[in-house]
Amino acid sequence: MNEQNSQPEPSLFERMRNRLTPEGEPVDDRGRMRMVVDSLVLHIHPAKVDVSAMKWTYTWGLGGLSALLMTILGLTGIVLLNNYTPAAPQAYLDILELNSNVWFGELIRNLHHWSANLLIVVAVLHLIRVFATGAYRPPRELNWLIGVAMLLLALGANFTGYLLPWDQLAYWAITVGTSIISYVPLVGEALSRLVLGGPEVGANTLLNFYSMHISFIPLAIFGLMSYHFWRVRKDGGLTLPKSARAAQDSPKVERVTTIPYLVRRETIFAIAWSAALLIFAMLVPAPLEGIANPALSPNPAKAPWYFMGLQELLLHFHPLVGAIALPSLALIGIFLLPFFDLNSQSVGVYFRSQRGRALTLLAVGIALVATPLWVLLDEYVLQWSAWLPTWNTLLSNGLIPLAVILLPLIGLDDWAHKSLNADVEERVLFLASFLFAAFVVLTLIGIFFRGPGMNLYFPWAMPAAH
Amino acid sequence: MNSTPTPQPSRRDFLKVAWAFFGGVAALETAGVFFAYLQPRLADGEFGAVITAGKVEDFPPNSVTHISNGRFYVVRLGDGGFLAVYHRCTHLGCTVPWDVSAQKFICPCHNSQFDQQGAVENPPAPRPLDLFALAIEDGEIKVDTGNLLQRQSYEMAQVVYP
Repeated sequence: MNEQNSQPEPSLFERMRNRLTPEGEPVDDRGRMRMVVDSLVLHIHPAKVDVSAMKWTYTWGLGGLSALLMTILGLTGIVLLNNYTPAAPQAYLDILELNSNVWFGELIRNLHHWSANLLIVVAVLHLIRVFATGAYRPPRELNWLIGVAMLLLALGANFTGYLLPWDQLAYWAITVGTSIISYVPLVGEALSRLVLGGPEVGANTLLNFYSMHISFIPLAIFGLMSYHFWRVRKDGGLTLPKSARAAQDSPKVERVTTIPYLVRRETIFAIAWSAALLIFAMLVPAPLEGIANPALSPNPAKAPWYFMGLQELLLHFHPLVGAIALPSLALIGIFLLPFFDLNSQSVGVYFRSQRGRALTLLAVGIALVATPLWVLLDEYVLQWSAWLPTWNTLLSNGLIPLAVILLPLIGLDDWAHKSLNADVEERVLFLASFLFAAFVVLTLIGIFFRGPGMNLYFPWAMPAAH
Repeated sequence: MNSTPTPQPSRRDFLKVAWAFFGGVAALETAGVFFAYLQPRLADGEFGAVITAGKVEDFPPNSVTHISNGRFYVVRLGDGGFLAVYHRCTHLGCTVPWDVSAQKFICPCHNSQFDQQGAVENPPAPRPLDLFALAIEDGEIKVDTGNLLQRQSYEMAQVVYP
């Protein structure tokens, strides 16, 4: 009783702080570890981390950067809602208002726009990193699938957001993009009407896309993101090279507490990237063209840049092949990768081995040369539909050109298998590197080399769009 | 266990099947409700209704006239026949302009080209431009924009003569 009276009564402020951090500022490693374990947010980390898992040049912080970008997108998105009406033509007028009459309106829109575009790049780089280090192998298959699903959702978020400014750029990119849906066998037309809310992109489409963009997609990404983080811990944290894993059992392995070593790095990383994005958003405005005009397609009408590889395929194939069959096959391949690429020996080593690195370089080199050659050949020499005018275009413009690329591809795999003695793991690496590099080349051709009439031009000789 | 095998399903089995059945029905019903709810709500407007494009004599033979509120072209062929051609490219939905100098429809998006009748001259378009049902009543061209005709090739039967 006496002792209690001798203590001064804690102030309201002190009692609140004690409630939030009952153990106070941790002074020793034990306290710091406890803090990680007890925290809702920090417990996604282990209490202690292996120093080699913190190397910048292993993960490049790509997953963390994706999460940071999602956070920025969520925050800027919420405030953008306050100055936007999802109705045509008011949506466009709102964007003009946002750019000219709202305090920091243009800055916040730019930040949202550039973060969204950067997210696509970073998420794809993250996927490449995980592929390159074989980090999707058992037991991490499920997290790979969740990651790919999130990438698709991020593309969906980007695509639905693309329409919202309701300018010419948005209208025609979405018209071209959604027309692909009608080529889905059997249900295409019905599906297209459901997505568009009518026969063509219009007021109903804007409302449909808006509701997906602000509710379902962000909720789904948030749920999957939480699950993704949890699974990283459940599957044993970051993948490490075998040498590092062997050393883990020895007492010499260097492990440090998450607080402050990892948390400090993450904070610096997040602040630096936020600053860089802010400066970029101040300097480079997000594009905005004239108000959407359904009667006038701009020439050229291009899809969003991340779909330009697909649009390039559409120039060479019947849409059923170029826009439905090939992307579906690619997606199935990406989903199945961890189920037939199993060798756990090379997990954590970039491109499997010294030989794997050479094979990857070879595959990328072949793709860099072969893809432009194929585009030129198909553009100027091969005229299947003109040569076979009576044939169905699905044959003359679909299956025959498909055979033209599939046969050399099978030959390439066979050559890697027989002449280079590549095993399953190396063939997966070789083919995936080749296909991905080819897709990047197609995307670059679509963005930089296609001009009016979707004809090929050199970027420095590009006629102005009209 | 040595209990005699029962020919009839036990109460537990029956309830399991019943739960699965009615649960499935409820799931289908929910899906149906969402599907129906999300169906396009078509606004009453000009597009989708019958549109009067003008009088027969307004369109000289061998001409192509854009009727923008109906989203189609009135094509009058050299022999005096009429076609109502939807202006939407059959490839990926861009609006196809009529190129007077080339006497072709040339799509700005992927360079599909169509002749005056809408037949494909240059892919990637997989089929000719779609038609709307066209009728001539009392010398006036009436086009039903709610009645879209997809076709695989141009045929004489598609042409309407005054």
